[in-house]
Amino acid sequence: MGEMLREKYVRQPTPFCAGCGHGIFMNAFLHAADEMGLDFRGTVFVSGIGCGAWVPSPHFRADTLHVTHGRAIAFATGVKLARPELNVVVISGDGDIATIGGNHLIHAARRNVPIKVFCLNNLVYGMTGGQVSATTPQGDITSTTPQGNPERAFDLVALARGAGAPYVARFPVVRARKLTKGIINALRFDQFAFMDVLSLCPTQYGRANRAKLGFEGPSLIWGMLEWQKEVCVNREKAGPEEMNGKILIGEWYAES
Amino acid sequence: MSKDRTFTIQLDEDLCKGSDCYICVNACPKGVFAEGERITPKGLRPSQVKDPDECIGCEICEFLCPDLGITVEEVGGTERVITSTPKGGATAPASGGWTTVQSSLDPGTHYMIGDEACAEGAIAAGCRFYAGYPITPASEIMVHMAKRLVQTDGVFIQMEDEIGSMAAVIGASWAGIKSMTATAGPGFSLMTENVGYACMTETPCVVVDVQRAGPSTGQASRPASGDVMQAKWGTHGGVEIIALAPWSVQEMYDLTIKAFNLAERFRVPVILLADAVTGHLRESFQVEETMELFDRIKVPGAPPFGSDDESGVPSMPSFGEGEELLITGSTHDRYGVRKTADPVVHERLVKRISKKIIAHMEEITDYELYFEDGAQRVVVAYGSTARSALWAVKAARERGERVGMLRLKSLWPFPGELIRDWGRRCEEFIVPETNLGQISQVVQQHTANPVSLVSQTNGEIMDPRRVRDFLMGRKSH
Ligand SMILES: Cc1ncc(C[n+]2csc(CCOP(=O)(O)OP(=O)(O)O)c2C)c(N)n1
Ligand code: SF4
Ligand code: SF4
Repeated sequence: MGEMLREKYVRQPTPFCAGCGHGIFMNAFLHAADEMGLDFRGTVFVSGIGCGAWVPSPHFRADTLHVTHGRAIAFATGVKLARPELNVVVISGDGDIATIGGNHLIHAARRNVPIKVFCLNNLVYGMTGGQVSATTPQGDITSTTPQGNPERAFDLVALARGAGAPYVARFPVVRARKLTKGIINALRFDQFAFMDVLSLCPTQYGRANRAKLGFEGPSLIWGMLEWQKEVCVNREKAGPEEMNGKILIGEWYAES
Repeated sequence: MSKDRTFTIQLDEDLCKGSDCYICVNACPKGVFAEGERITPKGLRPSQVKDPDECIGCEICEFLCPDLGITVEEVGGTERVITSTPKGGATAPASGGWTTVQSSLDPGTHYMIGDEACAEGAIAAGCRFYAGYPITPASEIMVHMAKRLVQTDGVFIQMEDEIGSMAAVIGASWAGIKSMTATAGPGFSLMTENVGYACMTETPCVVVDVQRAGPSTGQASRPASGDVMQAKWGTHGGVEIIALAPWSVQEMYDLTIKAFNLAERFRVPVILLADAVTGHLRESFQVEETMELFDRIKVPGAPPFGSDDESGVPSMPSFGEGEELLITGSTHDRYGVRKTADPVVHERLVKRISKKIIAHMEEITDYELYFEDGAQRVVVAYGSTARSALWAVKAARERGERVGMLRLKSLWPFPGELIRDWGRRCEEFIVPETNLGQISQVVQQHTANPVSLVSQTNGEIMDPRRVRDFLMGRKSH
């Protein structure tokens, strides 16, 4: 599959660091797109600025709109309203979508513009050197919080649901098959869909927090993937005790 | 996943990023992969398939490889069918250029405020997408568009801010729809980053700035012309821009149509620099039966971001036409491929998106002359200030002063040649402005003659007596 997906959908190899979680998402996205038969020709991918934003542009063989930092959802809103027959898919980082661009996110959710938003949440600003993001957990080390992040992080699922998003999901890249199924569900959903994709940045977040979070293992990225497995629990399966300190994953549909 | 099936595993060594990854090595439950032994010319040590016979076909390696470097296939298994639509060539027909169309308003005399006339001009020009955020004194444009776009099957959206408004307008333009926004100073400031994005991506659109007295919130419903330099230099990077300055309700209509034509013709954002006077004034204006409209040139398959002509305007395709568009505000070649460290590509791009404007100066420049005969002193005015200035020039002429007036309908690119020409024939320029002196400085750059500024920054329309007194040699200003 890997080779076929590459040939069919990808223009060129990615410049991401070795083991970058964004690459794993890209892989899952293409598996999903192929499985569901997403029409790339009728799809516009919109992304902002950051490593995550590079997943669709310049890689996908489709129309891509690589825009200013934080504004992907606003550009996508324009595209979708102007040409409702096009699939409009936003793929960008947590800094882009949920920090500088948070205002556009909540309003797109509220308006229920039928675009799909995949927020590649690696808990940090990867591209610019590992600065703190609105999704960096409290206490974690980043280049601008050397003593630990004093601020609380956004729970993007709660944020998007609170803003009225009718489909919200969260999957970690380590659960690649679940993630793939979720992507299909999001893409097939006929209204606004938001996914908090738990990605990983070994270079900026991994190195800085290796000791603190105990990313043990034969390699840093593998330690981080193991950590994801450990901290994520399915929302259906989690009782109150299991939830303590854990991250809920799964899908949330608004009751209609 | 049982062992009576066998699988082949392909690992693309050119894609594998090696030892800092080795996700496959660690993920495979059967130990199929091993750390590599060979070091590539790039200095990487790709993983290797050590025990393919152990593979149970779980495909976890294939799914987790960040570089799509692994393909697992069952020997003798059914080949997977590619379900997505294969890539097709670009199919849209070639289109664009000048056409004559019926006016959307009934021909004849209409009576409206300038903001409404601007909205009507936009509808007449074929604008079918408006995104904006309320702000005085531009809100009436938005309110009128909200009504008119319902009647014309267009799209209207009130966005969450002006940053998003400008973004949505650019998105809609690439979706193939003529689009606009309107705002005033504070909102224009918020739009500037995306105005630069429109310059860099060569996106046609119209931005109306109904100027009010600033800085900051200033005086919300009072006129000024403090955004003239901002229109030109507001976005970072410094490229040429087109800006027009209407002085009447008639021109709020006419120049909005012209703004769309220039935007489509040159694939640029065009700024309409109105002000609180021209926006709120109620006057009659004339609508002709037909008008000339320009639609962006589209040549399927042509490079969308480059031209052999160093001042050329490339073909503009839209989304959904199979062009696989790569649109980016980062430096890009003629196909949109990012070249963010290539000095040649960067210089060529930045020069072309400026030259395509400068080289067509004559086509863009628009002005009117008054009392030019024997004028020794020339008043250069624009926007609502030109109304006061013309009164003053008339008054001075009646008293025997040899003054004339040049009214600039287009401010950017600045018609320096015109000033140079007049500089040879006249002795002095006088520039009345409702700011601290913006166009006056530009006029001075193009002449050795003395240039005097008559500045007024009190949030009022330029006092005509102030200009007259200056022209009569009374120093009341
Ligand atoms: C207006 C603006 N501010 C700042 C930047 C610099 N910048 C580029 S990417 C980025 C952060 C990206 O972080 P994120 O979206 O989380 O993506 P990641 O690189 O982690 O995938 C910043 C701050 C910019 N390009 N534009
Ligand atoms: S800096 Fe982080 S997010 Fe960016 S490519 Fe490297 S690992 Fe991925
Ligand atoms: S997962 Fe892919 S990139 Fe990583 S080591 Fe294996 S083949 Fe190489």
